[in-house]
Amino acid sequence: MDIFSIIGTVDYGALLPELFLLGFALVVMLLEPFLPERYKPVNFYLTVFGLLAAAGGSLWLWNRAGVNFGGMATSDNFAVFFRLVFIAGTLLTVLVSKNYLASEKFANGEYYALLLFSTLGMMFMAGSLDLMVIFLGLEVMSIPLYILAGFRKADVRSNEAGMKYFLIGAFASSFFLYGIALVYGATGTTHLQEIYNQLPTLQGRGDFLIYAGAALLTVGFAFKVAAVPFHMWAPDVYEGAPTVVTAFMSAGPKAAGFAALLRTFALFLGDYKEAMVAVFWVLAVLTMTVGNVLALVQSNIKRMLAYSSIAHAGYVLVAVVAGGPDGVSAALFYLLAYTVMNIGAFAVVLAVEGKEGSNQIGDYRGLVNRHPYLAAAMTIFMLSLTGIPPTAGFVGKLYIFSAAVSANQIPLVVIAVLNSLVSVYYYLGVVVAMYMHPSPAAEKNQSFYSLPLMLVLALTVWGTLQLGIFPQALLRAASDSLVGLF
Amino acid sequence: MAAVPLDWYLILAGLLFAIGTVGVLVSRNAIVILMAIELMLNAVNLTFVAFSHYMGKNDGQVLVFLVMTVAAAEAAVGLAIILNIFRTRESVNIDDINLMKW
Repeated sequence: MDIFSIIGTVDYGALLPELFLLGFALVVMLLEPFLPERYKPVNFYLTVFGLLAAAGGSLWLWNRAGVNFGGMATSDNFAVFFRLVFIAGTLLTVLVSKNYLASEKFANGEYYALLLFSTLGMMFMAGSLDLMVIFLGLEVMSIPLYILAGFRKADVRSNEAGMKYFLIGAFASSFFLYGIALVYGATGTTHLQEIYNQLPTLQGRGDFLIYAGAALLTVGFAFKVAAVPFHMWAPDVYEGAPTVVTAFMSAGPKAAGFAALLRTFALFLGDYKEAMVAVFWVLAVLTMTVGNVLALVQSNIKRMLAYSSIAHAGYVLVAVVAGGPDGVSAALFYLLAYTVMNIGAFAVVLAVEGKEGSNQIGDYRGLVNRHPYLAAAMTIFMLSLTGIPPTAGFVGKLYIFSAAVSANQIPLVVIAVLNSLVSVYYYLGVVVAMYMHPSPAAEKNQSFYSLPLMLVLALTVWGTLQLGIFPQALLRAASDSLVGLF
Repeated sequence: MAAVPLDWYLILAGLLFAIGTVGVLVSRNAIVILMAIELMLNAVNLTFVAFSHYMGKNDGQVLVFLVMTVAAAEAAVGLAIILNIFRTRESVNIDDINLMKW
């Protein structure tokens, strides 16, 4: 590898979204200490503008794949699709954060800068063709998240969430890294395409190393996407972290983990497909079942949504097992739908937390009398998370299950459908509490919601219904994302 | 010069990694867990260098620099988080840090 040949081939156009995010993150971070108090909202507008610029850059790159850093990073449609999902997640989080930050008296510059850096890491994960770049992206994504989880410095729960996330995240990263080292030992490279080309020639020691390496990589990914049995951190971290941060990390980082996982396994471990499918089959069944069963007994809504996010990781793993163009595009569509509906649900949780100071599901009783719009929005998100038409969650699940059926994974689909039935109980439990139980305080509360929060609720409700009723455009985008991959 | 066979390096690295893993799992002190994680990362570095030397390529040794940088960033953030938890709880024993379960 000649260092000059690597530097010589930088295609700045293909890096446009990353450069925008990096630039705006640095500006926000460096500007923060010099801004007088009354100009602090500038950070918010800069962040929103940076994200919109990155979204524009990503859209411009659609069908315009460029390769960078000696083939280590790419901006193919797969990367563009995921970039847009990450930007959507971050943008929605930033919008709901504005008033939350003001009410919590957080220093907002570093908060926004950390969100942008984390998003940058996700983008590198989605656009990487090299295991080492995936690792670096993973760390650039995770390290800001550790800080964000513990952002309420005086709150012991937030501290605990930060520490648990950090220790378990770093532990998982070292497994992932050991996996990279063993794959490197087997093939002499960390580049995915070259690894793939080497696979048929491996035997003896190389064969053993690639199995061990793939197993360790799977452990690392499973930790990051919170797949059972590597999920123990998720409920605690989701519950303890500030609600805005929980919304952020339930969507983007999970999608980024799956982006890297899909690239690594579904596309490149061709010759070892059967062994990997068996592993992911077991992971998918465990993840769906444990996530759904434990969600049944939760009384805290953030914790319930944490187990629900574990269960949803299981549904995406069903798509990974299905594999092939259908499975991968189903996973892409589902991750987009999940990002929209889940951040919407967290926006409602945040609004209720702000109005009533509680996250217990019992306190959602009679919400329709106090906050009718919040209750209506929450109902749509809960129906979508359950997978009931005409919502995004239904189309996503339908697409995943049909991909799995055509890949002849009938038993897995049966298990997944049974799991969806279990999930009806706890999702609709929230709806029942909101609509059918008497409110502890009966008066109707016509309180004002902040403008950014209303905007997020409107966008996510619209997105959930749009993806559910007219999904064709995005389904096509999801399958166009695979251009050049198969 | 009698060259040390590759396997010995790999076994040493595997043992170090296993010691680190056991350290993370059994230790009760957050700082010791952090040290055990660093040990695991260094076991990985040893693996990279051994493979790289054995195959006569340099890139594995370059990767070690990346790992060291990431480990330093992780340690900085991790120590800050642990310091903060010590301020609020007067303890870094993970058995005391158990507000949230199940």
